[in-house]
Parts: sequence; C-alpha cells; structure tokens
Amino acid sequence: MLSGRRLTGRAAQAINSGMAAEALIPNSVAEAVELFGDGQGVTVFAGGTTLMPEIAAGRLKPVRTLLLHRSGLDELRVDGDVVRIGATVPVAVLADGDDGLLARFAREIGDLEVRAVATVGGNLCASAGVGAQRGDLGAPLIALGARVRSDGKGGARTEPVEDFLAGDRSGRLVLEIEYDKPSGAWSAQTLRRRHAHSYSVANVAICVDGDGLRVGVSGIGSSAVRARTVEQSRNAEDIVKDVDPVDDAVASAAYRAKMLVVLTRRALDEVGKA
Amino acid sequence: MRLTVNGREHEITSAPLTALLHVLRDELEITSPKAGCQQGGCGTCTVLVDGEPRRSCLTPVVIVDGAAITTLEGLGEAEELSPVQAAFHNKYAAQCGFCTPGMVVAATALIERKGGAVDRDDVLEALGGHYCRCTGYVKIVDAVMAASRGDVEPVADLPSPGEGEPDVLVKGSPA
Repeated sequence: MLSGRRLTGRAAQAINSGMAAEALIPNSVAEAVELFGDGQGVTVFAGGTTLMPEIAAGRLKPVRTLLLHRSGLDELRVDGDVVRIGATVPVAVLADGDDGLLARFAREIGDLEVRAVATVGGNLCASAGVGAQRGDLGAPLIALGARVRSDGKGGARTEPVEDFLAGDRSGRLVLEIEYDKPSGAWSAQTLRRRHAHSYSVANVAICVDGDGLRVGVSGIGSSAVRARTVEQSRNAEDIVKDVDPVDDAVASAAYRAKMLVVLTRRALDEVGKA
Repeated sequence: MRLTVNGREHEITSAPLTALLHVLRDELEITSPKAGCQQGGCGTCTVLVDGEPRRSCLTPVVIVDGAAITTLEGLGEAEELSPVQAAFHNKYAAQCGFCTPGMVVAATALIERKGGAVDRDDVLEALGGHYCRCTGYVKIVDAVMAASRGDVEPVADLPSPGEGEPDVLVKGSPA
C-alpha cells in the first residue's frame, strides 16, 4: 500500500505500515525538505539510536516518520578551508576523521556499533534522555564556530550552532553543519563514568581563534551552550555564570558545577591562555 | 521488503519501523539475536548487515531493505563450528550464553576487518558495547585473540541429542 505517498512518480517512497503509521523515505535533500514541510507531526529518523529505544519502550509512537537514510545527507566534504558535514554523517566518520577535536568527542559516544549508525545531526538535536544528557558534539561544534544549515518552517537558514540550539528547533530539519578548519590550539576535556554507554558528566571544548577563544560546554543540560563569560575573562571559575547544570542519574548539578571549573581550567591551561 | 538472511532470501511483511531484531525472531524465527536491553546498550542482538556489525534492536527493517544479514546461525554449525565459536568453546568463554551470539558475531567481524591477529585493545574496542554478566571478559577476550591467530582446537565432543530426544532444529541455518 502506498497511501502515504505525497510526491508524484518515484519521487519518494512512502510506505503505509497498515498501522496508521507512515514511513516516508525521500531520495534527495529537496524531497526530504518537501516531505518534512513545517515539521508538524513528523518524526525525523536519522540513525535511530535514540528513537528506537523510545519506540521499544512504548514512549514514542511515531505517526509520520521521515527516514533520512537515502536523502544524500551523509556526505562529508572539504571545500577549501570549510568542512561540511551532512546531517546524517555517522559519528564513526568523525571518530576516525581528521579533525582532532571532533574525533576526541566522537570517540566517547556509545560504542562501535552505535557510532556506526548514530548521526551528527541526531547527536546535535537529541533531547535529554531518561536520566542522562545527550548531545556531546555540541561542545566541540560551538568551539569550532560551526554553523547549522537547516530548512523547514520559515524557510532555509544558516546560523551559529549555539543560536540553533538555543532557539526554537521545532519545525527545523538540520541539513548540514559547516565550520572553517581551525588554525589555532584546541582542548577537549570530557568527564564520564567508566562504562561504554555512559553519558557525559560534563564536556568542555575550547578553540583558539586569532586573539579570541570560543568555549563550548555540553553534557550538563538539555543542550550545549557557549560560555561567553569565560571567553572574555579566561577565568575557569566563571564557567558557572555561563551554564546551569542539571541533576540527573549520571551526576548531580553540584558535582557538575565543581567539575566544570576543573575541566575549564585544564582546557584553558592546555590552550595556553590561562 | 526483502532480506537475505544467512544466504536465504525472505519477503518481509512486518511494518517498516519494526526492529530487525523482531523481524528475525518473530517473523523468521531466527532466535540467536537476543532481545536483551532493546536500548542498544547490551550488544546481544548484534548481527552483521552486509558484513558490518549492527544492533538489530536499533535498526528498523525498512532501512536494511535488500541487505544481506548474517546471524550466529550463519557462521557455523554444531558439526562444524566457526573458528570464533570453537575458540569460545576451547577457552570456556560462554557460561549462560545469552551474550554469546552478539559477542561471536562482533568478534567475527573484527577479525574479518583486521584480516589477521588482533590485539587486546582491538578486542576491547570491538566488544566494548557487549555485556557479559557471568563469565567475565578475560576468557572472552582470550578466545577472540586465539581465534584471530588461528590458535583453535577442533571441537569434537559437543553433546548430541540423547536416546529419544529430538534433534535441535536451528532455524535460519544455511541448508
């Protein structure tokens, strides 16, 4: 049955599961954007590592699912000094990749099989899980000054990753993440429990850019944040002015706040800007 | 949707978002991939998708439409264990056996990928997402390293069904 089909011809394959649920499978970026529309009622499915457990546990019952595995969003390109990461590039590609800062964080995510299918876009967009924070890659992407290219409600948009994360993400489909190759020193500091599937206690990433610094923090709340106070003061103690850590099953807010100061100090020391 | 599982083709009728795990277990009655945590966190549902280890509980069947799937049943048989299976037997690397299907499949993929002897760090990386709650990991890691070196004793004494007991039918095995 193909009652879910919205595009003509072979433009997109839409399969009706017979359970009043639709699986939409676009074959290009343009089709993905069209099928996504304003995102209303659409569950975007990239690697599935956060959605499948929700479905298995009965917490998520998707009605219209947009599966991105054939949309051509899985390309990582280097155009001169600009690196462009498609939204569905697997985390494993970054873990094995050239960018030391992204690789350092990507290697900490899940395990071999999870990294092979988990996507960069999914990692960026994942909301907090049950008892743990997600989205580790937010910290290095903020530090790299990455920009998110997305489409959906209100049209195409490219914006700094921290603005994308802080804004209203409903109705947005991430297509690509781009950043200029870093030229300065960087530091990656991550704290987690010893466990292959442990989520973060806290992550701090710093990139030196000319005379300035960019500081990204993740794993401490529902999304990654940019630590602008620390960027100016270069004082690790100021990190708690920039972030508001949460309590969860992995760590308490108080512990996170203490460790964030330690991680930030180490990162500042490492980039030689303390 | 179609899947080739252990060399046999199957037409799949489950809903598109059904986990490959449940297609294998419930639709095709191939039961070596175990429904452990079903959160992608224990490893026992691991199968090979076009030769790559994947969590079948995290994989909606529609994403692997047309792929070749290999489960434990496709690696060896009671009369002729695969090198990794034989090494697990030699080294006492299985106890209750619940994690073993995923461990053996992932270890087989690792040895294939490396094309020869693997070291301890390779094994820890490849099996880092596979949990064993009884044997412990020392014997499992030893078994995988031994299999990768070809240091495997043939297994000749596997118990066969006794008088009046039925043969064990392993569905999904190559004919």
